[in-house]
Amino acid sequence: MIAETRSKPAGRSPLQTAAPAKPLPGVEPGSVTLTVNGQAKTIQIAPWTTLLDALREYMNLTGTKKGCDHGQCGACTVLVDGKRINACLTLAVMHDDHAITTIEGLASPDGGLHPVQQAFIDHDAFQCGYCTPGQICSAVGMLHEGHAKNKADVREGMSGNICRCGAYPHIVDAVLEVINKAEKQP
Amino acid sequence: MNPFTYARPDSVDSALDELKAQPNARLIGGGTNLIDLMKENIEHPTRLVDVNRLPLGGISELPDGGLRLGATVTNAETAYNALVTARYPLLSETILAGASPQLRNMATNGGNLFQRTRCYYFYDTAMPCNKREPGSGCAAIGGYNRIHAILGTEGSENQPTACIATYPSDMAVALAALEAVVQVTGSNGERSIAFADFHRLPGNEPWRDNTLEPGEIVTSIDLPAKGFNQHHTYLKLRDRASYAFALVSVAVGLEMEGNSVTDARIALGGVAHKPWRKPEAEQLLIGREATPDNFRLVAENLLAGAKGYGHNTFKIDLAKRAIIRALGEAMRSKV
Repeated sequence: MIAETRSKPAGRSPLQTAAPAKPLPGVEPGSVTLTVNGQAKTIQIAPWTTLLDALREYMNLTGTKKGCDHGQCGACTVLVDGKRINACLTLAVMHDDHAITTIEGLASPDGGLHPVQQAFIDHDAFQCGYCTPGQICSAVGMLHEGHAKNKADVREGMSGNICRCGAYPHIVDAVLEVINKAEKQP
Repeated sequence: MNPFTYARPDSVDSALDELKAQPNARLIGGGTNLIDLMKENIEHPTRLVDVNRLPLGGISELPDGGLRLGATVTNAETAYNALVTARYPLLSETILAGASPQLRNMATNGGNLFQRTRCYYFYDTAMPCNKREPGSGCAAIGGYNRIHAILGTEGSENQPTACIATYPSDMAVALAALEAVVQVTGSNGERSIAFADFHRLPGNEPWRDNTLEPGEIVTSIDLPAKGFNQHHTYLKLRDRASYAFALVSVAVGLEMEGNSVTDARIALGGVAHKPWRKPEAEQLLIGREATPDNFRLVAENLLAGAKGYGHNTFKIDLAKRAIIRALGEAMRSKV
């Protein structure tokens, strides 16, 4: 399940790995241009490539994690036009006209961390770290939505992100701190 | 996932042509259920037709005072829409009780109606399932059926019960209570389907979840003017506080004069193959006082004929209590 440490079969490109045993006649990988973290890149993928697999296997952006691959854990959360979604349950080909932001794109170009990233460090809001990119992208999406005001809202609003280490109390503290700081600004 | 081709038409007519050309084509909106089912090898369409560029977006007022929810509007946009929250808070609350924020940002209103059951045996291709593989049997009857249906599962004289799956959507429970109308278009033109007639009981064809004809497309969900925005509640009982399907849910809309009920709608989720409504039970409340005793009469009537299959038998009592509690909450609520 944890794809990060899995080695690829020797001598096979990701394209071959992802190709079906019996290709449908007439279905060839096609060009899709995705704009991720402000950079447009054209990749050759089959229509059944999920956005998650496109990011990880074809664009080398492995910050977005594959957890359950069924929309239940939230590890694959990315922002599409600022809105948080599960990258595992959508096709890459459906997003050629969207601006995609992954965990790699949250920091400012000079390397300054996003306030949510900094708050996660300050509050020790993780243990193993596997769910963290999804947690952070989800929190950033929740801040854009603007509906979460208190602890109960944050717990409900982050319910689509599972942390198997159980770092929830610190995650909630980290997110709440960013919300409270944002509210104090004029 | 099986191989398929992909199309993204920008007109309803060309989407209809796509469906006509390939009977095994499926529409994709948010994809949150369909892609999962394809990964599980339950669904294997050979062509996906993306509806997101069809002109079916937007939420607009109807001349009769109702509201039109575009088929491609996301569940999140709908739940937070100012007209919806002001006039149909029951719908807003119900949508937000379902799934996760990420899924609600993806899932469309049209697609929500086509969610398939979360019956474990439907998802397990090693097990028999009349819904997935007609005629193979039902592993849930006599199996682990804690999440399964207690209403509307009867077979006929010649045909034993074929399926005890439940319909999973929260949103649909509110739409049933609000008497929404599903607008569809097909090669034979447009038609309107009353929400009560959109989903169906399993009967002898449990593989058919709804009454849509092949090649038809849902264009909008229309809400009638009456929104029950004073007295309403959605009570969802589940195994964890958030991000879980309902064991039992109750959508209630009441109109009241003093302590008298002048109109009532009650729809149940998690108990049947479709959102469960029984106008006869609602009539028991109309013109009467909103009292716990009267609520109990309604609950008994709604659950009349309920049948447990072992693990799910607790739902019969749970549903009755949930109805009584939800009616009390709706009576007291006033936004």
